[in-house]
Amino acid sequence: MSRIATRFAELRAQGRGALISFLEAWDPDPATSMEILRGMPAAGADLIEIGCPFTDPMADGPTIQLAGKRALKAGAKMVHTLAMVREFRRGDAATPIVLMGYLNPILAYGVERFCIDAAAAGVDGLIVVDLPSEEADLMLPLMTTHGLDMIRLVAPTTDERRLPKVLDGSSGFVYYVSITGITGTRTASAEDLADAIPKVRRATDLPIAIGFGVRSPAQAAAAVKAADAAVVASALIDTLAGTLDSDGRAGPETVRRVLDQVRALADGVRQARQAA
Amino acid sequence: MDTPTPTAPVPHGANSLRTGPDARGKFGGFGGRFVAETLMPLILEVEQAYAAAKADPAFQPELDYYLKHYVGRPSPLWFAERLTKALGGAKVYFKRDELNHTGAHKINSCMGQILLARRMGKTRIIAETGAGQHGVATATVCALFGLPCTVYMGATDVARQAPNVFRMKLLGAEVKPVVSGAATLKDAMNEALRDWVANVTDTYYLIGTVAGPHPYPMMVRDFQSVIGEEAKQQLQEAEGRLPDVAVAAIGGGSNAMGLFHPFLDDPSVRLIGVEAAGHGLDTHQHAASLSRGRPGVLHGNRTYLLQDDDGQIEEAHSISAGLDYPGIGPEHSWLHEIGRVEYVAATDDEALDAFQLCTRTEGIIPALEPAHALAHVKKIAPTMGADDIILMNLCGRGDKDIFTVAEHLGVKL
Repeated sequence: MSRIATRFAELRAQGRGALISFLEAWDPDPATSMEILRGMPAAGADLIEIGCPFTDPMADGPTIQLAGKRALKAGAKMVHTLAMVREFRRGDAATPIVLMGYLNPILAYGVERFCIDAAAAGVDGLIVVDLPSEEADLMLPLMTTHGLDMIRLVAPTTDERRLPKVLDGSSGFVYYVSITGITGTRTASAEDLADAIPKVRRATDLPIAIGFGVRSPAQAAAAVKAADAAVVASALIDTLAGTLDSDGRAGPETVRRVLDQVRALADGVRQARQAA
Repeated sequence: MDTPTPTAPVPHGANSLRTGPDARGKFGGFGGRFVAETLMPLILEVEQAYAAAKADPAFQPELDYYLKHYVGRPSPLWFAERLTKALGGAKVYFKRDELNHTGAHKINSCMGQILLARRMGKTRIIAETGAGQHGVATATVCALFGLPCTVYMGATDVARQAPNVFRMKLLGAEVKPVVSGAATLKDAMNEALRDWVANVTDTYYLIGTVAGPHPYPMMVRDFQSVIGEEAKQQLQEAEGRLPDVAVAAIGGGSNAMGLFHPFLDDPSVRLIGVEAAGHGLDTHQHAASLSRGRPGVLHGNRTYLLQDDDGQIEEAHSISAGLDYPGIGPEHSWLHEIGRVEYVAATDDEALDAFQLCTRTEGIIPALEPAHALAHVKKIAPTMGADDIILMNLCGRGDKDIFTVAEHLGVKL
């Protein structure tokens, strides 16, 4: 069983949902970013999503755009993101890691070589934002061969007729984009989620994670009540960005502040079970 | 059945180069629909609506009405006699798309797309613009039909294209400066896509060039093909034959695709696309995606892109803001790979020389975009015979560029 499936099975046995915390590789510098990554499991992250910096992140709001810009300024390349995962795996064999990014840097790396190297580094799944199911055959066979889960985005615009097509070939978990919009802007209401998630649930046995607009412990709790996991990205990056100096350099508080927030989110996710 | 005359549209046979794209929006290995899932249902909706419009016998006559009475089509075909004499070789004809309302070819596609948006019941229009020509054309058709319009424009471009920003505002459009990324055309397109995902029900994204996800490259090409169709017929009337060479400038590639497409199945016609070589192809300051780029994926399609080894998109440079784009329409990438179209480049300086030549010999101030095409005409016309014919798309007028040109010529206005 894959790390992702194992982790969700464990959490299901415990009767609780998962916190998926996000960081952008090399934001704002390699050492800080690595320290945040290493600290996330102990702070309560059940799975970790790492953003691969790209010049043109068309689905992302200002917060993640700026994170990518800082990372690129620090010299981030795809090999560095993979190196971070390899380094992380020396101390953690269990926490699933999912890379989130855009297709072009993967094409530049070479799809097959990327799948081989990502799997070898200890990556468990990929979210390729601009690879909809219509184009998925470009990567799916190679990802399957190398044991990488293809995590698909499902959006409020994805109707029930289209849903099976989107879910076909997806594995690991399903990422439900809870708003029509870009990352870090709006938040879905509990009613929206209560309406949307059962439709996805009927179409798949995979765990469902809710992302885009999940910012607070309470929102994370609401997400794991409605589904199986909460993805928090922009809120963590906002915290990180708030600790940087005027030149964008990390301060003494950067790592601690981000991990404290992960802890608070993890508490929210864990309390959702007791409340339920 | 009537015998087809050379100017009548010939049905596209199995060997036709005009049948693309395929059902997945691919021209060979290029094009496609590389967008986030949130947008996918929207572009499928545009695709279906466009197919329905094409099948509706009322659609084309409606478009023709507006093209004739509002845009001013057909645009003339002009034999540039003094230019021809000055170059001393092939006869040079200009397709005068700079005489369209708003001064460029952009309105051909804006008119088609606004009619489509109305059919779809969309009540808000968004667009991206670089130099502002597409923004002005979009704002114009939105004013004509009373639809609110938001134009995304890189903050850098807003600062250097103040007259067009003011025009758009006069026409009632909201111009949103984009500060993300490098704050230029590609970032304006990213921002327009971000707006679209956030406003899925009421908004139509009116893309300015033959790029973006399927069906845009096909649809914009179809709407721009009126350029080549008219020119083919007009040249038939003037000379009784096809041109030997057809030349057009390429940024995203919409004016070139519009000129070339009707000639793709005429193998005797050499087709030449002229990219912007900026300060030179061997500098890092050019916009020559085909000459110096590699295939990749940006803005919803697979095509040639200016990018670094890690797949990060690089900034383009050209004296002509309309050519300043790090990608190119996917159909051009395909035509490049199969060798049907030759892609060459002209530098900023060559375009400036051609700009002045055209102004003095023909009394036409061309935009800096077609000045790139003319720079190549200048190179090849003298090598051709006096009976040979070059057809060049004069796709925009140069009023918008006089400040840039003055600056480069050291003239203070």
